[in-house]
Amino acid sequence: MERRVGVTELIFEMSRRGCTGCSLTSLDVPQAGIDFPTRAGIGLPTLSEPEVVRHFTVLSRKNFALDIGFYPLGSCTMKYNPKVNEDMAALPGFAQLHPYQPDSTAQGALELLWELDRALCQITGMDRFTLQPAAGAHGELAGLFLIARYFQEKGEKRDIVLVPDSAHGTNPASAALAGCQVVVVRSDSRGGVDLEDLQAKLSDRVMALMLTNPNTLGLFDENILTIAELVHAAGGLLYYDGANLEGTCGYARPGDMGFDVVHVNLHKTFSTPHGGGGPGSGPVGVKQMLESFLPVPVVNKKADGAFTLDWERPQTIGMMRSFLGNFLVAVKAYTYILSLGGTGLRQMTADAVLNANYLLSLVKGTYELPYDRICKHEFVLSTHQFGQWGLKVTDVAKRLLDKGFHAPTIAFPLIVDGALMVEPTETESKSALESFAQALLEIEEEARTHPELLKEAPRNTPVRRIDDVAANRSPVLRWK
Amino acid sequence: MRYFPLTPDDRAEMLGALGLSSTEELFADIPAAIRIQQPFSIPALSEPEVVERLERLAAKNLNAKSTPSFLGGGIYRHYVPAAIKHLLMRAEFYTAYTPYQAEVSQGTLQAVFEYQTMICLLTGMDVSNASMYDGATAVAEAALMARSITGRKRVLAAGSLHPQYRATLRTYLHLQGLELVEIPWDEQGKLDLSQVQAEEAACLIVQSPNFFGLVEEMAAAGQWIHAAGGIFVHAFAEAASLGLLPPSASFDADIACGEGQSLGMPPSYGGPGLGIFAAKEKYVRRMPGRLIGEALDADGQRAFTMVLATREQHIRREKATSNICSNQALCALNALIYLSLLGEEGFRQVAEQCYHKAHYLADRLQSVAGLKPTFAAPFFNEVAFTIPGSPQALNAFLQKHGILGGIALGRDFPGLKSSWLVAATEMNSKEQIDALVARVAQWRGGLA
Repeated sequence: MERRVGVTELIFEMSRRGCTGCSLTSLDVPQAGIDFPTRAGIGLPTLSEPEVVRHFTVLSRKNFALDIGFYPLGSCTMKYNPKVNEDMAALPGFAQLHPYQPDSTAQGALELLWELDRALCQITGMDRFTLQPAAGAHGELAGLFLIARYFQEKGEKRDIVLVPDSAHGTNPASAALAGCQVVVVRSDSRGGVDLEDLQAKLSDRVMALMLTNPNTLGLFDENILTIAELVHAAGGLLYYDGANLEGTCGYARPGDMGFDVVHVNLHKTFSTPHGGGGPGSGPVGVKQMLESFLPVPVVNKKADGAFTLDWERPQTIGMMRSFLGNFLVAVKAYTYILSLGGTGLRQMTADAVLNANYLLSLVKGTYELPYDRICKHEFVLSTHQFGQWGLKVTDVAKRLLDKGFHAPTIAFPLIVDGALMVEPTETESKSALESFAQALLEIEEEARTHPELLKEAPRNTPVRRIDDVAANRSPVLRWK
Repeated sequence: MRYFPLTPDDRAEMLGALGLSSTEELFADIPAAIRIQQPFSIPALSEPEVVERLERLAAKNLNAKSTPSFLGGGIYRHYVPAAIKHLLMRAEFYTAYTPYQAEVSQGTLQAVFEYQTMICLLTGMDVSNASMYDGATAVAEAALMARSITGRKRVLAAGSLHPQYRATLRTYLHLQGLELVEIPWDEQGKLDLSQVQAEEAACLIVQSPNFFGLVEEMAAAGQWIHAAGGIFVHAFAEAASLGLLPPSASFDADIACGEGQSLGMPPSYGGPGLGIFAAKEKYVRRMPGRLIGEALDADGQRAFTMVLATREQHIRREKATSNICSNQALCALNALIYLSLLGEEGFRQVAEQCYHKAHYLADRLQSVAGLKPTFAAPFFNEVAFTIPGSPQALNAFLQKHGILGGIALGRDFPGLKSSWLVAATEMNSKEQIDALVARVAQWRGGLA
């Protein structure tokens, strides 16, 4: 990342008449008369190819990214994105496939989807997956549709979704989008689900409990089997938010914990790139009793070994989006799973958890740790003590940027005051962890002795601290 | 494992520092009854082995790069300039995440701001979000937004809306207790409003060009729904059409949404593509998804940041306008670079070439005895033909001769069992089109 490179003109400000950045083959058929009204000019910029390439290269240099440095964004699993995954997804046999071509001409793609389904079933302990959902939140929505359909079929009216107070914001938002009422369950003093509060809120109206395990504090809920028993006894189902699958993959499976529906994030646990915000992929796995409700189409394998897309499923919830989901993301995740194998997946989790605990041990005395337990792949610190020096968690985050690191997830989960949620992943070295710990320790000292260093941070970045309040007052959302 | 930097010595040292003697102790909080002792039975392959396995799978597929194809239906093959993949593969773009820390994400943020502007130019709308998953979910979110604006529970959608967008819409609306009314098309294949009531409708969703490729009379449809106080949604499945057809704002659409795969992305077996979503400014606070705005930094220098986040799930939780978090950011960047390279003239030319190629194709097919256009209305780059015999059989015949034919409409439109939908883009040469027509004639001859 470049430090101070100044303002980059917008592509529209660089436009010059008479330039072009493309070359099209001349039309080789006769022109036809156009029998509907057409538009006047669009106003697109005109530039040559080198100018376009330079513009976007300059912009790219204003980004921090995983290939540049440590990116401990909690619950996002910013692990290394293997290069071979990109090459495989770009193979014309995958990238140039059209979704309407006959199944018989896409056997390799269908086989890949089938095999990925099998692998995900083994990894999570579920019976069947759909790869249609395009992201984690989309998977949550699909999962809730499936559960709602299940109860509809049973003739039970259930419309409440329980969500812990530590849950990702997408959980309550998805529940609301599925037409359900959200009821929040408290966390107990160890950071897990408060069993008493859960019991008090369970009823014959409860459709599901949505849970991340390990939760957003990075803590494994030791009462998970009891929780599952309670929810099931009340007639509800358990939904697993797979954002944190990284913490137990290869050591425990959500299917064995008692979850009935899970989503996994291929762009987290399975190494596909985050792309500046997407595309991701959020496959949803279910236990057998929910299989008939899966979105169409479903990939089937016939007795003769041929693969087909099954559209004729009378009990299906329908479609969650067009076609088969973000197929090329599935190609990358499948490549990753084959590269690691069972042994590698277990080592992946072991290293991710070891890295998190080691990093935690280096900063624990200096930063408050609200729940002092062995963590899984991530942990949450409180920056509550910085308040005495007139500082907030944002100031800590911005100072980390100055020191060449991406900041952890901040101000989340909401149950921790001034939360710093740190997820190192297994693809960081011991010395990378030590450098980051060193930076956190320095920042605490600076906060005590030179708080202005934090307040005025960042200074070492392409732009300095941004005035978000002003930007929101009368938002400018486009160039004019 | 080559992706893991820790050495056995590192691990031993780190465990020692934690006062632990084995990795297993890190997992002691998992109840023993469910703790796994053995790795999964998935063999690990070397990099060359993985490449070989994936290449073998890819080789089992027939791809449109080596096979002339006339498939459309919402996914189109357009030329993708070489510069695009080199820019998208800049690790600074693809190995970053959502720009939560704006000061070190100015590349992504400025690019999204430019993307939002490009979408506003294409559609004529005031504001665009940073992207949705695809055309289908963009349409579904538009219906939910219309419900939130109007408080009404009846959604009207053209029956000629992409069948998979309609299927997605049904899934999304069902649990919200919203009613979906599908509006028939007339003899010409165009929206027929004569049998439908606009009253109490949250919105009217019309795709133009519609699934049959036909250009709808959007201004009239807009006036019809606006007169009853509903929201007018312009949906599109072929973004290249925006290079030629009047923009959404010109017929007073309140929301313009659809699929942007055509803007420089390969067909990818249907995904990832790009969900485009734009609206009138007065509805900006009801919009789903991320929005990037212009800002100033502490030195007064122009910068960009996420704005109006109080609509979003990470702030507003169950009261958010949508649950979307990850979107299709890299695909939005892809579209932005595509439009930057093509520019005003290039993009217009692509749209015109699509039009002319498809019309040449239609003219030539009409010369084959027994084939006639299913509908008479004007079309953009896709056209349905009613054929003697089964479209599936015709496709199978063409496939035998190395051509990917068209879409058999019967599965999604039971009334159109003899209809065959073919698309052409600038990628279909005259030679390919002539070859297709010759094969169709040959099949027809064999049939007769």
